[in-house]
Amino acid sequence: MTGLRYVYAVCRPLEAPLQAQLTGVAGAPAKPLAHHGLIAVVSEVPEQDFAEEPLRAHLEDLDWLAATARAHQGVIDALTVVTTPLPLRLATVFRDDSGVRSMIEAREDHIRRTLDRLEGRVEWGVKVYLENAGAERAAQAAEPASRPASGRDYLRRRRQETRAHEDQWQRAEAFATALHGKLSAFAEDARLHAPQNAALTGEAGRNVLNAAYLVPRAHSEEFVELVDRTKDDSPGMRVELTGPWAAYSFAGDTPPDEAPDEAPGGEGPA
Amino acid sequence: MTTPRRLPDPYGGPSSGANLADILERVLDKGVVIAGDIRINLLDIELLTVKLRLVVASVDKAKEMGIDWWESDPALSSRARRDELARENAELRERLARLEELEEGGGRSAGRRLPREAP
Repeated sequence: MTGLRYVYAVCRPLEAPLQAQLTGVAGAPAKPLAHHGLIAVVSEVPEQDFAEEPLRAHLEDLDWLAATARAHQGVIDALTVVTTPLPLRLATVFRDDSGVRSMIEAREDHIRRTLDRLEGRVEWGVKVYLENAGAERAAQAAEPASRPASGRDYLRRRRQETRAHEDQWQRAEAFATALHGKLSAFAEDARLHAPQNAALTGEAGRNVLNAAYLVPRAHSEEFVELVDRTKDDSPGMRVELTGPWAAYSFAGDTPPDEAPDEAPGGEGPA
Repeated sequence: MTTPRRLPDPYGGPSSGANLADILERVLDKGVVIAGDIRINLLDIELLTVKLRLVVASVDKAKEMGIDWWESDPALSSRARRDELARENAELRERLARLEELEEGGGRSAGRRLPREAP
């Protein structure tokens, strides 16, 4: 075979077979590659797209990136149905099957430990948005009639707006903190991610909480209900639930003795 | 335990409710980092940079994803800046006009005008 090997995830041998036609990135089927009692889920990808240079160029291309990310996630989703996968980062590519096998051998212990830790668990994403910011501005724009009558009036109004804004933020923060506390207490583990900034949610308010929770599959129903219930007692706030995801946010703890060149930068004390 | 009102489709099914941003956040930024034979330093492609690049790469696509914040952010959009300025400007003009009206009315009844400020 001439293609490269794209690895999606590592997991324990599957009890149920993968979907017959599980299409991976670049359109090729994703298949299990067994080694040392573990399996890597792999698909063949063309060298012309996944060798270093073309890959780097492709990653700058939104359409390509989006399609690849969706395909990657599609395989992970399918795996999540039948097992507990250890999801790898996008674009983990090896020359051939033996490269994949060597990787499994080199990391066997760590992979097993992580799989044990995550076994039977899924990740739920919870985001809280403060909705009023946009609505307030709209209301302001739609009210040209009530112009400030004087400079003092104008300043007072500005102060009121600022104060209302601060109050809103405080309420949002208190709500998000309380919700995170409640969900963390229920979940086995939690991660706070950077809020998706206005960058991804501009039309729908400001993201004040972006968190991931590790929950046993068996308790997921309860978790979902817990989130659902909070949606009602939060005027001006919107709670969004995504999942169940493979435990992306909880899989990536690289042990210190491995791969110093792969440790994310900026983590240690300055 | 009560029955949830809504459950995302069958457990383990496609990550329901997830948008492309949620997916990118996970597949690019989370998950296990293993250096393959093909070395791409994904750390260079920090998520925010990617997002910003997305915006630049394709405005339509970004809108589709719900990214349109730059349109209303005065720091990033000249249109938003203009809108903000125009609004402020109109407001000031109106207040000025009102003041001048008051002043003219007052001036006439008192039989004098306030001297214009020298430039």
